[in-house]
This record gives sequence, C-alpha cells and structure tokens, in this order.
Amino acid sequence: MELEAAKMIGAGLAAIALAGAGVGIGIIFGNYLSGAMRNPSAAAKQFPNLLLGFALAEATGLFGLVVALIILFAF
Amino acid sequence: MALNPMHQFEVYKIGPEINIGGVNLSFTNASLFMVISAILILSLLFFGTKKKSLIPSKIQLITEMSYTFIGKMINDTAGSNAKAFFPFVFTLFMFVLFCNMVGMFPYSFTVTSQIIVTFMLASVIFVAVTIIGFIKHGIKYLEIFVPKGVPLVLLPIIVIIEIISYLSRPVSLSVRLFANMLAGHTMLKVFGGFVISLGILGGWLPLGFSVALTGLEILVAFLQAYVFAILTCIYLNDALNLHH
Repeated sequence: MELEAAKMIGAGLAAIALAGAGVGIGIIFGNYLSGAMRNPSAAAKQFPNLLLGFALAEATGLFGLVVALIILFAF
Repeated sequence: MALNPMHQFEVYKIGPEINIGGVNLSFTNASLFMVISAILILSLLFFGTKKKSLIPSKIQLITEMSYTFIGKMINDTAGSNAKAFFPFVFTLFMFVLFCNMVGMFPYSFTVTSQIIVTFMLASVIFVAVTIIGFIKHGIKYLEIFVPKGVPLVLLPIIVIIEIISYLSRPVSLSVRLFANMLAGHTMLKVFGGFVISLGILGGWLPLGFSVALTGLEILVAFLQAYVFAILTCIYLNDALNLHH
C-alpha cells in the first residue's frame, strides 16, 4: 500500500475516537437530566459540574483529532 | 490557498525580522492578537473600576461579575487558603477567555489554537503547583502519589499510575484547549466553504449551520477558559490540601 493512502486510512480511523466522546457526552447530559427531574432544587447547583464534565468528555474525542493531524501532517 | 481550512492558523511575521542570539523574536500576528487581548482586559478592568458607584454601570457590572465568579470558583474548589492565588487564576482565566473570544471575530487569529501557547501556560501551572506543594508540605508532598485506603498488594501499580497521571497533567491541559480551538475553527471554515461551493441555491442550509456553530463556538470558548481555570484550582487544591 502506498504511504499516502495508508496515512489517509489512519487519519480516518483516528476519527473513531469521536464515538467515545459522543457516548460520554450523552451519558453526562442524560444523567444530569434524570437527576434534575428527580430533584429540581439541586439541579442549578450541579450545572457547573455538568459543563465541566461536558468539556472533559469532549476533549477526549478531540485527542483523536490531534492524532489524525499528527498522522497527516507530522510524518 | 484561501480555501484550505488550516490556512487560518498560519503564523507570519509583521514588520521587520528581529534576531537576537540565534533566537527569532519577530513580531508575528500571534503576538499582535495577544497584545490586543491584553489591552482589552486591561481597559475592561481600568474603566470598570474607574467610577466606583453603588449602582454599577454595565462595564462595572461585568468587572464585578468576573471578579466574584473567579473568587467563588477558587473558594468552592480549592478552599479558603487558596485566596492568595486569586490574581494568578484570574489572570489565566481572563487571558484564555479573551484570546478565545477575540479569535471568534472573522479574519482574526486565535492565539490559543497554537499548541506552544497553551503548553507554555499549562507547564507554568504544572511547575508552580509542584513548587507550591513542596514548599507547603516538604518531602511529604510525595504522598500525593499514594492514595489512602488502597490494598497493599495494589499499591505499586497505583503509585505508578498516579505518577503517570500527574506527569501528563500539562499535556492534557494544553491539548484540551488547543484541540478544542483548532477543531472548532476548522469546522467553521469547512462549513463556510460549503456555503460558497453550493452557491446561492443550496448554500442556505450550511449558512444556517454556520450561524448555529458560531454560537456553539462562543459557548466552547467560554467553557474552555472556565475548564482551564477550574482545573488549575483543582491542581492547587491537591497541592495545598493534601488528601482532603
């Protein structure tokens, strides 16, 4: 296989990392909603934690993007 | 060249080339936008605190809100004895926030999309937190690698994992901010390219997406500055209040 083609395939495979980020963000927002429905008075206080969890989960998917960029441009 | 979505992250020099002892110190577009963000922060704080009235004007309100926001965040996450680090965390938060927000203007440059900038900020935090921990606790600070209540059999593995996770802090902190900014701005550029290539008939759908994504990016710009600051507070908490 040519190197250029292998690079493209590798970069595409690195995008699979986004699946994990999607699952993580879904779990965070779903659990926040179910918790907020059970106890609405505690929901506002946990909103910063929701945002923090969202940002942390999203970042793990973006590490996959960084891997793809390294494969495409650094080698 | 203009259609390449990576073109916007190119650093080029403005004005003459300055070379001191083999180190290239030229003034680049990245430095220009850092200066712009710094001037914006300074003018916000200057004009916000100039006329101190009991019923605040809008600009005074923004200044007070950012002050209480960071103050509350430090108090909640790092405890009351982290009050001394308020200026540090406040400066970090405002700098990252303004760099992200200035980057949201069309045709501007996002300083935080350069990994060297974020890595520099993160490594300063890492070194500072380590030094603070050793000053505060002496050699006992190494206890941070030994969590309480772990069975003795598992301890060697846990300690190695803890050391690796401690050392990867600056990398994860910097890559998180950098990757978010890079991905967001690339995505905006790609959707902008769709508008042009689909023309006047089909370009309205990606145009709507572009508007929505710009809103999302403004949220992400704030969120990443917030996460950067709150993780600094969490690291400070680890160093100041060992095992609490």
